[in-house]
Amino acid sequence: MMNYHRRKRLTNKLMFTLTALCAAVTVGILLFILGYLVIKGGGALNWGFFTKLPVPVGETGGGMANALVGSGKVLLLAAALGVPIGFLGGVYLSEYGSKTSGFVLRYVTDLLNGVPSIVIGIVVYTWIVHRQGHFSAVAGGIALGIMMIPIAVRSTEEFLQAVPASLREGAFALGAAKWQVITTVVIPAAARGILTGVMLDLARVAGETAPLLFTALNNQFWSEGWSHPTATLPVMIFTYAISPYEDWHRQAWAAGFVLLSFVFGINVIARLALGRGRIAH
Amino acid sequence: MRSILGRSIRPADTIAYLITLTASGGIFGITALVFFELFTGSELSRAKFGWNFLLTQVWDPVAGVFGALPFIYGTMVTSALALMIAIPIGVGTAIFLAEQAPPKVSNLLTFLIELLAAVPSVIYGLLGVFVLVPILQSVVVPPLQTVFGFLPIFQGTFYGVSLFSAGVVLSIMIVPFVVSVSREVLLTVPREMKEASFALGASAWQTTWKVTLPYARKGIYGSIFLALARALGETMAVTMVIGNTPQIKASILAPGYTIAAVIANEFTEATGDLYLNSLIELGLVLFVVTFVLNGFARILVMQTSKASGRV
Repeated sequence: MMNYHRRKRLTNKLMFTLTALCAAVTVGILLFILGYLVIKGGGALNWGFFTKLPVPVGETGGGMANALVGSGKVLLLAAALGVPIGFLGGVYLSEYGSKTSGFVLRYVTDLLNGVPSIVIGIVVYTWIVHRQGHFSAVAGGIALGIMMIPIAVRSTEEFLQAVPASLREGAFALGAAKWQVITTVVIPAAARGILTGVMLDLARVAGETAPLLFTALNNQFWSEGWSHPTATLPVMIFTYAISPYEDWHRQAWAAGFVLLSFVFGINVIARLALGRGRIAH
Repeated sequence: MRSILGRSIRPADTIAYLITLTASGGIFGITALVFFELFTGSELSRAKFGWNFLLTQVWDPVAGVFGALPFIYGTMVTSALALMIAIPIGVGTAIFLAEQAPPKVSNLLTFLIELLAAVPSVIYGLLGVFVLVPILQSVVVPPLQTVFGFLPIFQGTFYGVSLFSAGVVLSIMIVPFVVSVSREVLLTVPREMKEASFALGASAWQTTWKVTLPYARKGIYGSIFLALARALGETMAVTMVIGNTPQIKASILAPGYTIAAVIANEFTEATGDLYLNSLIELGLVLFVVTFVLNGFARILVMQTSKASGRV
């Protein structure tokens, strides 16, 4: 009997120490990644990175100004395509969808969310690039835009659902029609959350590389307008990382640091914004 | 007055409804379009090779012969390795967060682990090439080979880039998915179940092992399927550390290739329609497999949350 209890206590302690260890490993990896990029990437970063074009192999210096602008352009297009569709889909789910249609749309959205990003790249290639005969910022924007839709749908739905029923009822009681209730009461009440969701969505696709390989491609120079091959930060990191040149590796770390700062920055800000929003309720 | 107002507003209501309905239809349309483009785009290779495409292992663009087996093999091996590492660590972490850690600590750690999921794939690749591969080469693989070198899977010279390296990178990338979904389903286990177990004299671990985990079983399987679907389609980080060699070797220390990696590397350079069609068919394979896995996973996770009344 004594033995049983001792073993029970021992197993208890051992197993929970192990689970704590697992958590420590997982969080440790994150801290390592963060620390490594800050030291290695931060060290390689200079003002020229933000203002100069890439230089040919052999010359040192240069930057990724074109990739920063390129990423901005592609993300802008992606948001212009993905956010409205996702937002309206979310409104449908939250305000109009019946049990069945809501379930089906939610399911399809989740499945679209699970499609590997490289597959989206293929599809946009055959659909746009192949037909037009050239790579372009537009094609890149469409690829990332499609990837933004599912998260936009789900976060919009979530935050609209969180709006208290009493607010809607109040508006209905004042004689407002359903569309008026939605546009003047429900959406404004959820605006902060939805906007945060969109930012997180952008942060998620900002680091996508695979779908851009066949759509926006890359460019060592400035690309004018929207219909030329366009450099983006993630593709640049990939190209520079697998090159054999020391100086390009240094640039890849710098670019990795900038990209990670952007992604983490948005995540932290979103967390703070939502945290405060929730307390205010 | 009311009825007049009501009637005059109705068309606007219909329009608002139709706008959101159109957007929802568009989401269906895009998903269907993805499948359609992959299906029609792979027509040539499907007609020429049939099912043999999946079963033969010669990939020779010059001769126009395309067999996807080496890529399928590489994808399966790296994903299996990733799951073997990620499941214990992920589920362990989830148990700690859901059962042991105080709520404030748990929330903070969960946020940090979710940040891990936000790290772009290409950055994992960067770290994989310049940090993980050297560590594996100098610290991990030599002792592994001394102890387990007699096993075929650990034989041969280790060049750094390998199926093993890709599996390790993938495992780190999918851990956050296992953790966040598992933690959520563990948290939905009703308090009464655990209290009943404690009242019978069970220790905390016994309760976790015999009550909480079995109750959340389906949801945890769901999280594993989600993570697997992620691993199968992961491209950049794998491409950077796997060695990109289309071969089937028993050793996990040998270089290999995955479906996603070969698409990433060869797609823009594919000359000829058959070559391009074959690569698109690889995309179709990836699409169908992840589609089924994700669909399955969602159902499992939904069943768990429904069972505990938290739809």
